[in-house]
Amino acid sequence: MDDLAQFKQTFFSECEELLGDLEGHLMALQAGEGDNGTLNAVFRAIHSIKGGAGAFGFERLVAFAHIFETVLDLMRDGRLEPTPDSVLLVLHCADILSDLVKAAQNGTELSPGHENDGRKSLIDLAASIGVDADPNAADAALAALDAQLAGGGGLDDEPEPVVAAAPEPEPEAAPAAPAKAPLLKYVVKFEPRDALYQRANEPLILIRELRELGGFLAKADAEAVPSLDQIQPEGAYIKWEFEIETDRGEQAIRDVFEFVLDDCLLEVTCLNPPAPTAAAKPAAEPKPAAAEAPKAEAPKAEAAPAVAPAAAPKTETPKPAAATPKAEAGGGGGGGGETKAARSIRVDLDRVDKLVNMVGELVITHAMIAQQTEHLHADQHPELANGLAELSHHIRDLQESVMAMRAQPVKSVFARLPRLVRELAMMTNKKIRLDMSGENTEIDKTVIEQLGDPLTHMIRNSCDHGIETPDDRTAAGKPPEGVIHVSADQRGGRIVIEITDDGRGINREKVMKKAIEKKLVAPDAVLSNEEIDNLIFLPGFSTADTVSNISGRGVGMDVVRQNIQSLGGRVHIQSRPGQGSSFILTLPLTLAVLDGMVLKVGVQSYILPLANIVESLRPEKDQINVVANQSELLRIRGEYVPLVYLHRIFKVPKGIDDPTKALVIIVEMEDSSKMGLVVDEIIGQQQVVIKSLEENFDPIRGVGAATILGNGRVSLILDVAGIKHIAEHESQQRPPRLAAPAA
Amino acid sequence: MTKRVLTVDDSKTMLQMLQFALKQGGFEVIQGENGQEGLDLLEANTVDVIITDINMPVMDGITFIKELRKKPKNKATPVLILTTESSQSKKEEGRSAGATGWIVKPFDPGKLLEVIRKVSP
Repeated sequence: MDDLAQFKQTFFSECEELLGDLEGHLMALQAGEGDNGTLNAVFRAIHSIKGGAGAFGFERLVAFAHIFETVLDLMRDGRLEPTPDSVLLVLHCADILSDLVKAAQNGTELSPGHENDGRKSLIDLAASIGVDADPNAADAALAALDAQLAGGGGLDDEPEPVVAAAPEPEPEAAPAAPAKAPLLKYVVKFEPRDALYQRANEPLILIRELRELGGFLAKADAEAVPSLDQIQPEGAYIKWEFEIETDRGEQAIRDVFEFVLDDCLLEVTCLNPPAPTAAAKPAAEPKPAAAEAPKAEAPKAEAAPAVAPAAAPKTETPKPAAATPKAEAGGGGGGGGETKAARSIRVDLDRVDKLVNMVGELVITHAMIAQQTEHLHADQHPELANGLAELSHHIRDLQESVMAMRAQPVKSVFARLPRLVRELAMMTNKKIRLDMSGENTEIDKTVIEQLGDPLTHMIRNSCDHGIETPDDRTAAGKPPEGVIHVSADQRGGRIVIEITDDGRGINREKVMKKAIEKKLVAPDAVLSNEEIDNLIFLPGFSTADTVSNISGRGVGMDVVRQNIQSLGGRVHIQSRPGQGSSFILTLPLTLAVLDGMVLKVGVQSYILPLANIVESLRPEKDQINVVANQSELLRIRGEYVPLVYLHRIFKVPKGIDDPTKALVIIVEMEDSSKMGLVVDEIIGQQQVVIKSLEENFDPIRGVGAATILGNGRVSLILDVAGIKHIAEHESQQRPPRLAAPAA
Repeated sequence: MTKRVLTVDDSKTMLQMLQFALKQGGFEVIQGENGQEGLDLLEANTVDVIITDINMPVMDGITFIKELRKKPKNKATPVLILTTESSQSKKEEGRSAGATGWIVKPFDPGKLLEVIRKVSP
């Protein structure tokens, strides 16, 4: 068995997959969407886990999986109705199973009664329709199995041994009763039926096995063989009688015929049975086949001439040389025979990251070369120009392929949510259904890894604060069951994840009151609904009347926002009182590269993420309005957009101060608000490799990361939300309202 | 000639363990993850022994055996079913579909090879 222990890791990763899928199937069942296929899939998952667990000797896991499987089998057979209660039990047991798998994997031991309640409920459920899924019975079966594997006897209640390989003829079984076994003489009558051949069994092999047992004489009766033109290829015409002298006992003889017992007449008679004192073995069982034997042609048996067993009634000639597979091991051990091509390989993440990094460097190098050759006339060096254009194309393809290697479906994060919602619903006594869509949307692995916590927190928030109790919902004229919808979707270069609940929405009065109380907002401030809603992301903000152990102590949403921002993402909330709220999360597809616009501001150049840019323009004087608080607004197609001077924000000398001589880039934030960035000029669009600053520096507001430009110089990548924040707080004023009258 | 075994199981762990054990016995191994894949592989390959799981998605082991036995080419190929059940029903079902014998999980490499010896010349 130790040889196979090397596959433990495979087993655990398979368990992980199975349990993940299981969660989805069970949710479907709970939602009433499951069909028989779903139940089958659930059964198979448990069955596979049990099978693997058995192979590695995780007995506790096997024992529980066995009862679980029994109940699931009853469900898929339709004998047990999947009621909401029984589905809930199945969910609970899946959790227990998952705990057992984890314990097995970590080599830890769960508390002794961990699975007891689930086990008892399962047994009760099976008992309700009169099926005994008794764990003791299962244990007994397991014990018997173990015993057999160790070379012991068969199960008492089993007409034939459970283990295919006959235990007794094994050498290791022999020492159990070494010299004691007497040499006994048996007569074995063996008469195959057609079915034996139809199942591809082969008397010749059986006869050879039999010969292994000891002194041997075979007589074949070929009387019934018809003339050649009458022969059916799978017809059984020949019967045999063997005389065997062996010390292995009758069971060893019967074991040889294990696979064909039902497809033949078999009679085993001992010619010199030992004295009753020696008959310690229960193998002196009634011989079922013997009862039928007499009415077959027993008299004819002796009359047949002796025929060598090699002349067996096979239509094809057997290949005696092929008897021992090991003899040919030399030729074919190699992998040449595996025709099934591997569809996936596991690669160490570090290697992929290294590749990503190198491709990043390649992008930079390409940009450098492109810049160096810019001054060359394309018509003088047409091949160089073409080559460079092609190189650029290939590098982009390469980059996308490498990025795709790091991309994973968000499914892995989403898979945890059903259980979370289920638990939260139970803790809060609410009815909550979770809908999910877009699970196959792919995002960079790093983003996925860091998405779990914020997502969990937002779901908690929705369950705890959003969804009302069934009574409250009914009173509000809503169905008692609340719905949380989680969706993922790729829009442009970003991934948008939305968590929408149909709960009570944000109580803006309460939020506003709280914010003023906590001095987060000036008492006389006038905020738009959206601005009020997003106050909940402010540090130290909590509206929960009592601190619950679900949503925590109000350290939540600001941490969520920080986490998301550190991933280069944004989060905001939209709420409709009485109808529910949506958290909207946007994330970059990848953390490694960015399409950016290179800007010049005074003596500096910056990169502005392309995703933020709406348009750029050089405004006319009359488009610019100065409002009372000295802020400037740019009027563009009837809309007023605040102007922000980048050189003032970063205190860069020699920036152009007059927007009509500079350029205004209209950028849009995730919350759909706009801002006009005043810059000197646009140098060009470029794909840049993101180099994180946070490894070496504290976060710098307004700067997301850095990159290396084609000329080898370091350039900062702007974070527009941060810039907006600086602009608003530097002036110590709220930004002008869009509805504010233009001066 | 090296003998070739087709193993069909939806569990990668089981496929790997079978492959390991069979290679120790000098067999060549081809693998399918469900009955349908098994049938497809049998179209393109000749095998000496087939080992199949029962519970699989797409096409279960019982259907797989029934289907493969319809082809004259596979009529005399021994088919072993993998079973964890100690109950008779699965074995019986497998037998009536045309299975030659069975292997009870968990198995060790030695046992597995021994069972194969019982059905394959």
